[in-house]
Amino acid sequence: MNNLLLVPVVAPFLIGTILILFKNHHRTQRVISAVTAIIMLVFAFYITYEVYVNGIQTVELGTWVPPFGIVLVADLFASLMVILSSIVGVVCLFFAFQTISPEREKFFFYPFYMFLLAGVHGAFLTGDLFNLFVFFEVMLIASYILIVHGGTKYQLRESFKYVVINVFASIFFIVGIAYIYGITGTLNMAQIAERVGELEQTGVLNAIAVLFLLVFGMKGALFPLYFWLPNSYFGPPSAIAALFGGLLTKVGIYAIIRTFTLIFTHDPGFTHNLILFLAGGTMFFGVLGAVAQFDFKRILSYHIISQVGYMALGLGLYSQLAIAGAIYYIAHHIIVKPALFLFCGATEKITGTTDLKKMSGLLKTYPVLGWLFLVTAISLAGIPPLSGFFSKFALILDGIDQGRYFIVFISLLVGILTLFSMMKIFIYVFWGEESLKGEQRRQPLMPLLMPILPLVALTVILGFGAEPIFSFSMDVANELLEPANYINAVLKE
Amino acid sequence: MELLMIILIGIIFSVSTYLMLTNSLLRVIFGIVMLSHGAHLLLLTLSGFNDGAPPLLGEEASVYMDPLPQALILTAIVISFGVTAFLLVLGYRTYRAHETDKMDQLRGNADE
Repeated sequence: MNNLLLVPVVAPFLIGTILILFKNHHRTQRVISAVTAIIMLVFAFYITYEVYVNGIQTVELGTWVPPFGIVLVADLFASLMVILSSIVGVVCLFFAFQTISPEREKFFFYPFYMFLLAGVHGAFLTGDLFNLFVFFEVMLIASYILIVHGGTKYQLRESFKYVVINVFASIFFIVGIAYIYGITGTLNMAQIAERVGELEQTGVLNAIAVLFLLVFGMKGALFPLYFWLPNSYFGPPSAIAALFGGLLTKVGIYAIIRTFTLIFTHDPGFTHNLILFLAGGTMFFGVLGAVAQFDFKRILSYHIISQVGYMALGLGLYSQLAIAGAIYYIAHHIIVKPALFLFCGATEKITGTTDLKKMSGLLKTYPVLGWLFLVTAISLAGIPPLSGFFSKFALILDGIDQGRYFIVFISLLVGILTLFSMMKIFIYVFWGEESLKGEQRRQPLMPLLMPILPLVALTVILGFGAEPIFSFSMDVANELLEPANYINAVLKE
Repeated sequence: MELLMIILIGIIFSVSTYLMLTNSLLRVIFGIVMLSHGAHLLLLTLSGFNDGAPPLLGEEASVYMDPLPQALILTAIVISFGVTAFLLVLGYRTYRAHETDKMDQLRGNADE
């Protein structure tokens, strides 16, 4: 029993509700939301420290004993994800202060930002399958609002598709829950895991596993269900695109890793090989999409897809080293991807466009921006000693150990193509004849760079401090591969 | 009873699939609404029907109904109600902005 776990879920929810009352006081809204986001980050670190020292922490809501009541569970994986999403939450919020237009700010931008964080944290911390659905919905409804926020013609059209696809996936989530409840008679994930272990018919479980993979794969943009992502992430402003790119698909991946290490572990030969196959497709087709694009934001969106593939690859290989690599990769991705989106937002603020062919030569006027972008970009591509390298290294090492050479080949190829499209951005945007005119040369850079700097620093730290961070990832992976600990911590047997 | 319900749910699912694949924006929304009804019925059906007494009203009966699926469906209905209202407004705004409700004219093209 540790009531601290409620803070990352309840605090943004309450504050978001209060912020609605300050509709016309933008400064007040900014101050309150910034303070909340920073306090949440502090609490996230404290929770992780508690979990690391004292083991898995749980809260029984309304003191209903599990499996009858809803529990919030923080193990290492969940609390790590809460830290990462709090970091992104703070950074994107400060970037939004600089770049969000006043018209958007007027219409409840900050309250929905807070609701989104509440939903994301809830999805990470919950230990109940139906509660996971509810927090998914909290997060998605906030994301529906934020993605259409501003209401341009393009946003309306693409948001409609985004909403329909996500509602469709949510309905199938209910169908999956109905099947699980019909078979096991419980919704507490720990108890489901326990009862699934006693079940003899694995055929029906495989069918349910595939249904859940479909649902979470649609939210997490796995092959072949990623088609909605690039167009819909192109619409909203960069601060929101960065938040979505960092968090939303990762919630889907988190749910896949959680269910496929806790519940659906009965037949890895079928389920995890299927995930491996999907991971290969996701990586390969995502990066091909990126190579074909000539727009800053669209290239980054397609790269989200290809990198989701790496995370699924770690789960598909299903060994301690590979899952540790996937967790390291998630940490790396949640830090680097928003940074790149924010760089995109900064160049958009300077040049007024995201089309690569319409900008060039920014390096002369804004050298700091250019070199920092280069550091982040090669980190994404996986050049040592930055963070992208070590995670991919672990995945590939384990792939070779298990003799799965084809998937290793694909992931190396995808690495090269990632480097290619990152260099394409760098060459088009920062090299060449300078195209900036008058006003564009004198944009104050510091306010734009300040929120990005911590992220760039973190990717360097993650790279140079790979040793302790990787051993932490190994701990997380070890915990995920021993579901008995999770079950005991929740059900207290 | 279960069998009848399953057949009914199958019909609802197929009708909603048909609606979602049509060209009209409003029908897509209707398809989503139908699909969510089907999913709620499925949740009710799969938890099993029996002739138990209502729970929480006395302790004399030997068999009770499971109250949980109804609570779950209530939550799911509220959520899908909210989302449907949002979808209708979004669909209307899209229709006004683009002056069409045909999905094939809302595809968008690469160069914009």
